Amino acid sequence: MPGLPTWSFKLLNPKMFPTAKNLLLYFNSFLQQVGEVGLLFFATLKNLFKKPWEKRIFIQQLEEIGVRSLPVVSLTAAFGGLVFGLQTYIGFHRYIGPGSETYGGPIISLGLSKELIPILVGLMVSGRVGSAIAAEIGTMKITEQIDALHSLGADPIRYLVVPRTLASLIMLPCLTIYGDIIGMAAGFFYNTYIMGVNRVLYIRNTLLYMELWDIMSGLIKASVFGVIIALIGCWQGLRTEGGAEGVGRATTRTVVIASILILIVNFFLSMALPSDL
Amino acid sequence: MIRIVDLHKSFGQKKVLEGVNLRLKHGETLVIIGQSGCGKSVLLKHIIGLLKPDKGKILVDGVDTTNLKDDELRKITKRFGILFQGTALFDSMTVGQNVGFGLERYTDFPQEEIKELVKESLAKVGLIGIENLMPYELSGGMKKRVGLARAIAYRPDIMLYDEPSTGIDPIRADAINDLVIRMKKELKVATLIITHDMVSAYKVADRIGMLYAGQIIEMGSPEEIKNSNNQVVQQFIHGRAEGPIKNW
Repeated sequence: MPGLPTWSFKLLNPKMFPTAKNLLLYFNSFLQQVGEVGLLFFATLKNLFKKPWEKRIFIQQLEEIGVRSLPVVSLTAAFGGLVFGLQTYIGFHRYIGPGSETYGGPIISLGLSKELIPILVGLMVSGRVGSAIAAEIGTMKITEQIDALHSLGADPIRYLVVPRTLASLIMLPCLTIYGDIIGMAAGFFYNTYIMGVNRVLYIRNTLLYMELWDIMSGLIKASVFGVIIALIGCWQGLRTEGGAEGVGRATTRTVVIASILILIVNFFLSMALPSDL
Repeated sequence: MIRIVDLHKSFGQKKVLEGVNLRLKHGETLVIIGQSGCGKSVLLKHIIGLLKPDKGKILVDGVDTTNLKDDELRKITKRFGILFQGTALFDSMTVGQNVGFGLERYTDFPQEEIKELVKESLAKVGLIGIENLMPYELSGGMKKRVGLARAIAYRPDIMLYDEPSTGIDPIRADAINDLVIRMKKELKVATLIITHDMVSAYKVADRIGMLYAGQIIEMGSPEEIKNSNNQVVQQFIHGRAEGPIKNW
């Protein structure tokens, strides 16, 4: 066709598009992977109450997932709260008028506790902890340490997956409460100390319109995100193959899959959870 | 003690084991030789229940282990001590914790007794006072010995070795061979060794079997294997590139 550059024809090369057979294979592989995660989830549930409990590893993981994530959660929650406070102030000041900014308090607190902080915590922990879980278990897999666990009488699910999933389930809500406090304090600081909004009214409006359920629904989401992060990390770690390159792939996939799942699940949870009780 | 009957295993289209039959008797040392990638480690993983066969049986004192539930299989695996090819020491644990790991799970001994048994197992392989070191602080030979101490700590009655001399120099490899012989005498264990190191095989074996094309093609004493008429066996034990084995 005259006028069209030659590279545009390459773009239309039918070989570049997946065939129906390939699409079917992708879909089959997708279903297989969903099945693997589902089986791992049920195996984890089954082993949750079986003895021996791996207390030492559980406590280690509480520290690794919770305590060591505090700095990154502090920073993200603080700047999330600041920027949310900034935009809310602008919104009220511009569209409702001067004096209405004190109503930013409940908006900021609601947005942070229900959506922003659980998501920020989930994404940060998936990057920091999910990848570490995948790398650790993946390295154990390729160096036969998982086989050694089995041969020495330890069930890899009970020994590796259960403590990490349980610790993540517990620590994500804890980090979210901590993030809520930091974020709300940052929003309060920006509005009252920097923009001069009335402190008493800001706090009064926040307490008037905020409900305990707003915070609780964020914590429920965080618990679900915790399970997602640990399960995806363990799943990718346990299916690692092919040496150091395989470990690298497992860590990358963990962060990508867990982050996408967190965003998707967050939407559906926001729809499913009632806005108030 | 262990009897393997008509064991088959495929991964996708690739057939790895195609009817393996063998028997490990009480107190004997059986060495399985074969090329790299011929399925020796796959065979070992079947014996300890890490892999399920497509067809065939693995009988440990008459009990078929191929369809056991986890808890029942655990009672069987407790009888095995395994030295893995790369030692598979837990790199997040000290040497002492590594050696005591099986004891903590397979026995109800108090911590003090476990510590004593850890020391004793390490002493058996010639290592003293290294309980608090981490695996990365050890040499290759020391790692093998710690791996062996971990395998014998809970007194198994069947020892399985996956390429015990791989990755270490010939002097250390010979020291490991001596340890294998000593463990057999002291602990009265049945021993199955997977290797392609013929020097080790001749030194430690009561019987040698060769795994080729998914089957045991020859089985006999070291002398019988040396004098075998099978050209595949001759090519392998003499390490010749020329011969019927082409897929290298």
